[in-house]
Amino acid sequence: MTRQSRTAWAFVAPVLAIILLVLVVPTALALALSVTDYSVYALADWANLRFIGWGNFSTLLSTPLFWRALGNTALFAAIGVPMAIGTSLLAALLLNDATVRWKPLWRVALFAPYVTSVVATATVWQFLLNTRFGLLNRGLALIGIAPVDWLGNPSLSIPAILLFVTWKIFGYNMIVFTAALSAVPHELMEAARLDGASRWARFRHVTLPAIGPTLLLAAVMSVAGFLQLFAEPYVMTQGGPSQSTVTVLYFMFDEGFKWWNLGQASAVALILFVLILALTAVQARIGRRYEWL
Amino acid sequence: MRPRMLRGLVANALVAVLAALTLLPLGWMVTVSFMPRGEASRSPPPFWPSRWSWENYHELLVRRLIDGAWFDYRVLPALWNSLAIAALATLLALLLTVPAGYAFAKLRFAGRARLLRLLVISLIVPGQVAMLPLFLILKEVGLVNSYAGVILPSLAGVFAILFVRQAALGIPDEMIDAARLDGASEARIFASIVLPLLSPIVVTLAMFLFLASWNDFLWPLIVLSDQHKYTLPVAIAAIGREHAAEGELMMAAAVVTTLPVLAIFLALQRHYMTGLLGGSVKG
Repeated sequence: MTRQSRTAWAFVAPVLAIILLVLVVPTALALALSVTDYSVYALADWANLRFIGWGNFSTLLSTPLFWRALGNTALFAAIGVPMAIGTSLLAALLLNDATVRWKPLWRVALFAPYVTSVVATATVWQFLLNTRFGLLNRGLALIGIAPVDWLGNPSLSIPAILLFVTWKIFGYNMIVFTAALSAVPHELMEAARLDGASRWARFRHVTLPAIGPTLLLAAVMSVAGFLQLFAEPYVMTQGGPSQSTVTVLYFMFDEGFKWWNLGQASAVALILFVLILALTAVQARIGRRYEWL
Repeated sequence: MRPRMLRGLVANALVAVLAALTLLPLGWMVTVSFMPRGEASRSPPPFWPSRWSWENYHELLVRRLIDGAWFDYRVLPALWNSLAIAALATLLALLLTVPAGYAFAKLRFAGRARLLRLLVISLIVPGQVAMLPLFLILKEVGLVNSYAGVILPSLAGVFAILFVRQAALGIPDEMIDAARLDGASEARIFASIVLPLLSPIVVTLAMFLFLASWNDFLWPLIVLSDQHKYTLPVAIAAIGREHAAEGELMMAAAVVTTLPVLAIFLALQRHYMTGLLGGSVKG
């Protein structure tokens, strides 16, 4: 072993050992755990542990709340991803306009919510969305709309939480899109303008292909992120009203750390993982078709 | 000239409105936190306090004697816990990942390419998959309900290693080779040549790590069971479950939680933005 490689191993070994210990081994164990009936009884005494094969998975499939959680999570992602990415892109396009001044200032202002604590700002939004005392309903009252029970109405709870999530995270993708937009070729844009291409045509044929890869990456990350929603419903609605905001991760947390069905919870975690993997693969395939990858 | 001016006016106004809307919740959080108790629960709700009062912060932060027993919301202890945990997690993660990132970029060793590929692949596994078994492992070794248990997973900094590696790739090989020819040891080269060159990126990374640890919720919620060990987000969530209706108090709690990170972000935002972009956008 050369001196250089000895140093290299001294530099990488500690962190690799920790990664192995807290990431790789537990992930492998999760597979093992998911085919056992690990519960409070096994927590007390290992002798109570049994191998049950697909048992956890088949139980989950016949648990209505699990399906509800899957459906809610799908709804969160289906509305949330376009909402969050659309807002980010619009903000980035607006900020990219040559006439806009003080860009660094606006960038910092729009990004600020992203660095805040989810729990703290979810608390703020819980109050903002309050039916009687919330600022949102006060704003709506100004334009003559009657008070809305945002977090108490099962069909509005998901949009209400998404309003908060979008507010919190759009700054991040906005910054990433700003970088991509600054790389859109100027000559191409000028040529399109001279050819009389409309604003929409220029966006569709010049801007979009140039920022495509960035857009795809943002979509992949956002889908994964929205599938992992937990703190927002935990703080704002506690899964309610009538279980309309129980997400997959919320279900996993309750199953695992409230009822101590850790085998069952592991199965949930693995299903979530497979879902994220599958959706990522689908998006990668779509991206490849448009040559964004 | 005319339409261009109009367009500029509209674009600037739109950006200003968007920024105002974005900052509105944070502004309201601050003003409500200074309202006398009960003032925010009026309809229509006021935006500005009728008089500025510290009573919410006093109630939240100061220990008081109630019916012969001491009572407080344990926010200050939680604040110290969060501070200690975030500082320690940041420091340890830097110690572990900065040398590793440099080694992956500049030092030759067998298996480097393969290990790097494995690290990238590990990024797609959601953290929650490892959480349940990790909890059981920590329970076996007696680290549940301890700071060490909270900090441990944040030390597995795959993202941090890749981040440092990316920056270290930009260091010229000639510089390192020259030092080698002069007889400097590898550790010496790292300490006196590489580290100073990486220092801006280390500051950026330190901020990312600190913010991530400070804002983390799910893992501390799982690991910590003793209220005295709660981090700030866990403590705030617990208080919120009982006092959600007391808007002024909860807003004061939110201010205490968000103010430190917003201050750090504002002070270091130049580092943050360039870190996010890899230096591709200039203000």
